Order: sequence, then structure tokens, then C-alpha cells
Amino acid sequence: MARASASLNQQQVFWLCAAATGGFAPLTPWLPWWLSALSTLALLSRAFLLWRKTPLPPAWFVNLIAVIGSIGVGFHYRTLLGKDAGVALLALFLALKLFETKTHRDAYAVVFLGYFLVLSQFFYSQSIPVAVISILTVVLLTATLVALNRAQAKPAASLRLAGVMVAQAIPFMLIFFVLFPRIAGPLWGLPQDSGRAISGLSDSMVPGSISKLALSDAIAFRVRFNSAPPAQDALYWRGPVLTDFDGRTWTIARPGVSTALPYQTLGRGIEYDVTLEPHQQYWLFALELPGKLPADAVIGSDYGMYAKKPLRERFRYQVTSYAQTKPVKEESSEVLRVALELPSGMNPRARALGEELGSKHKRDAIQIAADMLGRFRNEPFTYTLSPPPLGRHDVDDFLFATRRGFCEHFASSFVVVMRAAGIPARVVTGYQGGEINPIDGYLVVRQADAHAWAEIWLSGKGWVRLDPTAAIAPGRVEKNLAAALPAGEPIPMLLNADNALLRAVRFRLDAVVNGWNQWVLGYDANRQRDLLKALGMASPDWQSMGAALMVLCGLLMLALMAWTLRQWQRTDPVIRAWREFQRKLTRRGLVAQAWEGPRDYGLRAASACPAKAGEIAEIETLFETLRYRPVQSADALRKFRYLIRVFAP
Amino acid sequence: MLTPKTRSGSPSIDDVLQTANHIILGKEREIRMALACLLARGHLLIEDVPGVGKTTLAHLLAKLLGLDFQRIQFTSDLLPADILGVSVFDRDSGNFRFHPGPVFSSVILADEVNRATPKAQSALLEAMEERQVTAEGKTRPLPEPFFVIATQNPAHQIGTFPLPESQLDRFLMRIAIGYPDRAAERELLSGADRREMISALQPLLSAQAVLELQQKAMHVHAAPALIDYVQALVEHTRHAPEFDAGLSPRAALGMMASARAWAMIEGRDHLLPEDIQAILPSVAGHRLKLAVGGDMTIALRQLVESVAIP
Repeated sequence: MARASASLNQQQVFWLCAAATGGFAPLTPWLPWWLSALSTLALLSRAFLLWRKTPLPPAWFVNLIAVIGSIGVGFHYRTLLGKDAGVALLALFLALKLFETKTHRDAYAVVFLGYFLVLSQFFYSQSIPVAVISILTVVLLTATLVALNRAQAKPAASLRLAGVMVAQAIPFMLIFFVLFPRIAGPLWGLPQDSGRAISGLSDSMVPGSISKLALSDAIAFRVRFNSAPPAQDALYWRGPVLTDFDGRTWTIARPGVSTALPYQTLGRGIEYDVTLEPHQQYWLFALELPGKLPADAVIGSDYGMYAKKPLRERFRYQVTSYAQTKPVKEESSEVLRVALELPSGMNPRARALGEELGSKHKRDAIQIAADMLGRFRNEPFTYTLSPPPLGRHDVDDFLFATRRGFCEHFASSFVVVMRAAGIPARVVTGYQGGEINPIDGYLVVRQADAHAWAEIWLSGKGWVRLDPTAAIAPGRVEKNLAAALPAGEPIPMLLNADNALLRAVRFRLDAVVNGWNQWVLGYDANRQRDLLKALGMASPDWQSMGAALMVLCGLLMLALMAWTLRQWQRTDPVIRAWREFQRKLTRRGLVAQAWEGPRDYGLRAASACPAKAGEIAEIETLFETLRYRPVQSADALRKFRYLIRVFAP
Repeated sequence: MLTPKTRSGSPSIDDVLQTANHIILGKEREIRMALACLLARGHLLIEDVPGVGKTTLAHLLAKLLGLDFQRIQFTSDLLPADILGVSVFDRDSGNFRFHPGPVFSSVILADEVNRATPKAQSALLEAMEERQVTAEGKTRPLPEPFFVIATQNPAHQIGTFPLPESQLDRFLMRIAIGYPDRAAERELLSGADRREMISALQPLLSAQAVLELQQKAMHVHAAPALIDYVQALVEHTRHAPEFDAGLSPRAALGMMASARAWAMIEGRDHLLPEDIQAILPSVAGHRLKLAVGGDMTIALRQLVESVAIP
């Protein structure tokens, strides 16, 4: 490239500043604040120097800033390698590069670094706004390339041309997106950030751990039912099952897992698919109880469903659940022993209550449980998001003193009392309910739907779900949290039924986001196969996809060429023939400049091909006549076209 | 922009150019440009160092075209009356009688025009624009053709009054003559005195013939595609960041007139984009101002190279 070392004009450097800003700005939410500030300052001062036409700072100064910035990045991330530190360094260097950008070669480096930074946004987020911003940034960067190659172009013209180019690329992008063979799983592993806090259920529960989720609108998962969804109070999404209790904290017991169901399903199942947001844990959620497991999932001895790897990406799976089940065999004595364990010395009053209930009802589990649920219903218990703090014996404090609590208080104390009465019992956490989005029909389950309930073992019937919350606040399971909480309690904004407009907007927005997740981000090998089958491709293997890709791209190219040809045919026949003449000479190395007059070009051509000088002069004279003389004749045009057709330099 | 030397349609123009090239050596293009300026009914500003032949050029053109010639040396004490003329009381008739000044000639050399005060400058420039002189309430037309060649010394600006942009605009073209090349200079040194050569010359044209040529130049055909090209060039100067202000419609008209005269000298009755490119530096150079500074010649070359011929 002959222009590579040519220097840039002021407008082009402004373009570069804009391009660098466009590449860098969307990354600011993920960069350390001081780095964002440093890069912004660098960009602003570069633009200011340019505006004031002040000379650039010396190279050692820029290098010093680069070294200081790199040390800062090293300290901040404890490394200079890896995704985050790498992106931070690129963002810094992009801004500093502008201080030494003088030639076209430097300018191209800036623009391509900008393109790379656009990609790096997707390390952090793949949402719709990020995609829109990326496309806009790509237009800006492309416009910068246009401006670099057309020193005199007006900014609006550069942007328009870049927009047209990106718009023309979009059909190709879509074809590639749909047809490019997908590989199951990502092409390369992205380093994961460890310890990123994600709200959601955990593998342990203390009083307050569920209620702190209750105000979160964050989406836990979305469900699409293949038939009518079950009633709201049947939507128990089983999650971590907590068996171990140390007197205060319930924790998951590492269950043995297998692919065979430990129970037998009865009746008709409910088919649905779940799109689970990543929660960095193993467990999957399903309606109680899953009958047909999704591929790559296993079931635990606690009836919990687990993935083989922690869920670091959005995961979509199909399940069939059955409301009625019966155990295949008697539960192992080990499981039952653990389900009766209570730490000694803790919560003496609750244990006394349990023993009293046990002897009163002669160890009849159903009656004991009914008695306990009746107590919750009849005694002045309150279902609240802001319970008073509890002491060391928190189950005792709750049952006999404060009597104000959230679902985890009720579930925990119920299980403690059941165990004290000699009935194997455990706490099940998960989500209860959800909300159907009327726009796309998906059931949306949010963190606010997090719930804890209890399970007791009934010999012959298996594990039976008992939800103490339903006894004290039936609205919680029949409708939602807002319906169950006393007036005046803070509730998640979106559950507030009064806020109809907000809810309508949110439904629409969520439907769009869900569509994006399902069809863009979730477009994996399976989706691709299903879609292509639906579109009539018999066997969507990679060969046929590749062939379809080629054919469609070819057709698209033909369409674009046909469009160009139409434009071409609209131009003056004289100009068309003249361009043909120039094209023939271009093959001889005589490239016509857009600003070169016909006579100059003719002379240049004649001196380059002396053997053809006569023909060239005749053609040139005819062109002059046809284009610049007042009288036109059809004969001249015919002759002109004929001469050009037979012209062979 | 390299236009081949063609024989023009009018043998008289060829003769004028040929003879002039014998007197002023190695300056074919400049002589051609000066003649185009005259035939386009414009005025010429020559900006160059002393001694490169500005006066000789003016003198030569006047002589060859058969026009009367006057030279006005501009100095800081020059008064408008020194240019336009003065009324003197005539005792015989008992009336004031107007004594026409040097401006009442067909070819005027205004030497070192930037040495005079703005008042004197504007007297000349007004006469150039109006082609008439109003003195003591009476309007007197200037002879036709009327052609002013003003010279300016670009160096030594102390004690001068540089022409403001609005007055530069009165000149259709601004050119430089430049030093002759080695061969031409040698021939000049070994040859006869140029002044004597000029006085020995016979006029090749007359005032009437020049007027006819000016008329003919106005009728050179400009195709729509060519007008598009002039418009594209002018519009480009109005948007390009290199220039402070773009070319005015008057400048565009000047481009058309100059290019027509140029095409006629080339022996054509129609305009080509090359004509526009040939006269562009002379017509646009003094009307544009660079935003940043730098070389106007390069900026004009870039201007031509960044506008595609429609």
C-alpha cells in the first residue's frame, strides 16, 4: 500500500479519536474505574491537542504512561495475562496509540484494534444492548476506514457508506449464523471468573437466606410448557435438598447419583423445557418429580436433578415431570437415619414439642404433621419478609417467641419438630410459582419466587411434600409473594399488581430478551438441527449445511450484482462504453484516475501503446464529441461503441 | 493537464503565441494563460520577483494585439487622480477640461500595485470592475478591450498595502512567471535586447479583432457534464476542511470564462475537463485561503485529484 506511510489529515485523526472512543466506551462498565478514567483522559487530551493543533507529547512520556498503566493493571488483576487483564491493557493501549499515530499504517492498527475490542465486549455480556452497540461501533470503525481512504469525504458521507456496507453484510451474517455448522459446546474455553457472586439458591440455608432473595427481580429460569401449564400451587420447582442440620444451618448432603430413577412415575406427565440462567452450581430445577431426565443429567438419591458440570452458561433442557410417584424400594436406612438426626443441645423446646406430638399421636406421621401445620395456622404466626433477629436456639426462638418468619423459618422449624417426633424429614429448597408472560407464553421464574418447603417420609408412600408456608400464608403458593405478605411490607417492584403499565412493559421486554436468548444465544447444534429440519432439510449434516451456505451466499451475491447491474444500466451509454474502454486499458496497467480528463487519459494510453495510438485517438475524439460537444448523432455513438468493442490493446 | 499543443482554429492566435514565445523564452504556458485571461475579458495579477519579465509580457501583449499600452508605477504617494486623470481649468474656453489619466488605455501595467495606498488601489480596481471612470460628475467609458496587468512583489512586504481578498477577487487570474530554465536564459543572454525587439514588432491583431475573439470565446460550448464538474469542484472547496472558505459563484463564472478562452486558444469550440484543470490554479489560487497553511499549489492539486470527473 503506497499510502501506508502517508500522513493523516486533521479530520482523519478526529475520526480515529471517535473510533477509539467507540471501541473503548462500551467496555467501561467492566474495566477498573481508574483505567477508564485514564483512557478517557488520554482520548480527550488527544482530541484537545488536535483541536488546538498543539504538538504531541514526547514519546518517552507516552511510554511512561503506558508502563504505569500496565503496572496498575498488573496490580489490579494480579496478572498481566488472561481475559480481563488483556482487555484492560488493550483499552489502555488503544487510547495511547493515538499519541503516536501519524501515518496510515498506524491508523489501520488503531481501527483493527477497535474491531477487536468490539469482540471483547462479548466476553462480558451478550445481551441485546451490547449487540446493538457493537453494530453501531462497527459502523463507526468502518466509517473511519472510509475516511482514511477518502481524505476529502464528509463525515456524513463516510458514515452513510459504512452503514450501507454493514447493511449489505447483514444478510451474509444471517446466512452464516443460521447455516454455519455448530459444534456442540464452545469452540474454545473462556477463562472463567471464579467467585463471581451470583444471586440464587445455595447449598446451605440459614434463617434469612431465602428472604434476601425475595426482593430480587432477577430471572432464575424460564419454562415453556408443551401443554397447558399446571395450577399455580402445583408449581414446586425442586432444587437443592437440605438434609444435614447443625442446629442452625441446613446443608446439602452429598447424594449418590445415578441415571436410573429411584421412584416409579404414575399417571400422565407434563412436558416442558427449561432455560436456566447460569448459577455456577450443579443442580437443575424441575417440577416435582422429574420422570424423564434431560440428556447429560443425573438424579440424586435425594431426588434432586444434577448436571455433570457447574452451569456457567445459560442451559436449556427438556424434562417430563409427574405429579404422582411411588418409590421403587424402601428408602435406605442410612438416608432415613440422616433424616432423623438433630444436633444435641440445640433447640430443646422444639425437640420437646416434637417428642410430645409424637407420643400424643402414637407416632402416626400424618397426624403429627397435621397437628404441627394446625399450630402454624391457628397460633399467631406471621409470614413476613423482615422477621426479628433470632438467638442461638433459633428454632425455639421462632416457634415460641417471635413467631414471625419467612418460608425458611417455617420449613426449618417444621422439619426439626418432625425429626424430634421420630419422622424422617428434610428441607427442600427451590422455587414456587412463576409468572406466565402473556406475550410469548413462557413461564418466568424469578429469584423472588425462591422458596423452602419440607418433605417427610411415609412408609409405603415415599417422600411427601408438606409446605408449612401454605398453611400460614396460602396466598403465597396460590398466587405469589405479594399476595401473601402483609400490607406495608416491601415487595419486589414487578410483583406489585398496581404497577400494571410497568408490568406490561416488563413482559414485552422480557419476551424480547427471551427470544434473543432462545434463538440467538441458545442457537446451538440441536436448535440448528431442529430448525433446518423444520425448514425441510432432510439431513442437516455439515456437508449439506456447507452446500446450502455456499448456494445461499452465491444467490445473495447474484442479487447484489443484479442490483449493481441495474444501476450500471441506468448510466449513460457513452459513459458505460468509455468505462469499458478504460477497463480494457486497465488490463495493460493503465489505471484511469477518477479525476483524469479524457484527453489526458487518451494521450497517456497512446504513449503507452504506440501501436494502438490511432485507434485510441479516434475513440477519445468520439468520446469528446459525444460527451462534450453540442451536437450528438446516433451514428457517432454506434461507431464509438463498435470501436470500443473491437478495441484490443 | 498536459494539453498537447494544437494549432488553434484562428491563425492569428497562433501567430501571436509563436511570436511571443520568441521574445519571452520558455514561458509558453504563462503567455497562453495571460492571453486566455485577456480573451476572457478578465484582469491579470502577476505575483513574482522583479526582473522575470512582467513588464515585458504586458508590453509584448499590447504590441502584438495592436492595443495601446500605459504603465503606472504604483508608489505610496500615488493619488487617484494620477491614475484616472484630472480636470484642469482651461483659460481659453473658461471651462474645466478633463485630462484623461493613464487608465484610459487598453492595456495597463499597474506595477507593484501593493505599494500604493488603498485609496489609489481602489481607484484602479473600481475602474477595472466598472470599465468606466466617473470624475467630476461625468462618467467616461474606458476603451474596449480593457486589460489590466497588475504586478505584486511577494517578498519585501514592509511598507506595502497588500490587496484585501475582496480586491484580489477583481482579478480573474493570478499567475507567477518564474525564472527561465537554463537553456532559455542562455538564449536570452546571448540574444538581442527584448525591448528593442518588441518595438520592432508589427501588431498582429487589432482592438476590433481582439473584441471579436472575446465574443467568440463566450460561445465555446459547455456540456452539462462539464458544468457538473465545475460545480463539483466548487462545492468541494466549500466543504473541504483544508480551505477556510469555498469558491464564490463569481469564481465559478470566472472558471467557466477562463476555460472557454483556454479552449479557444487550444482551437476547440467545446470545453473539456482538462481546460478547467488547466486554468484552475490561476483562477482559484488567489481566491482560496488555506485553513492550516501550507502550499496552495499542492492543495489545488489535491483538490483536482479528489473530485471525480462526472
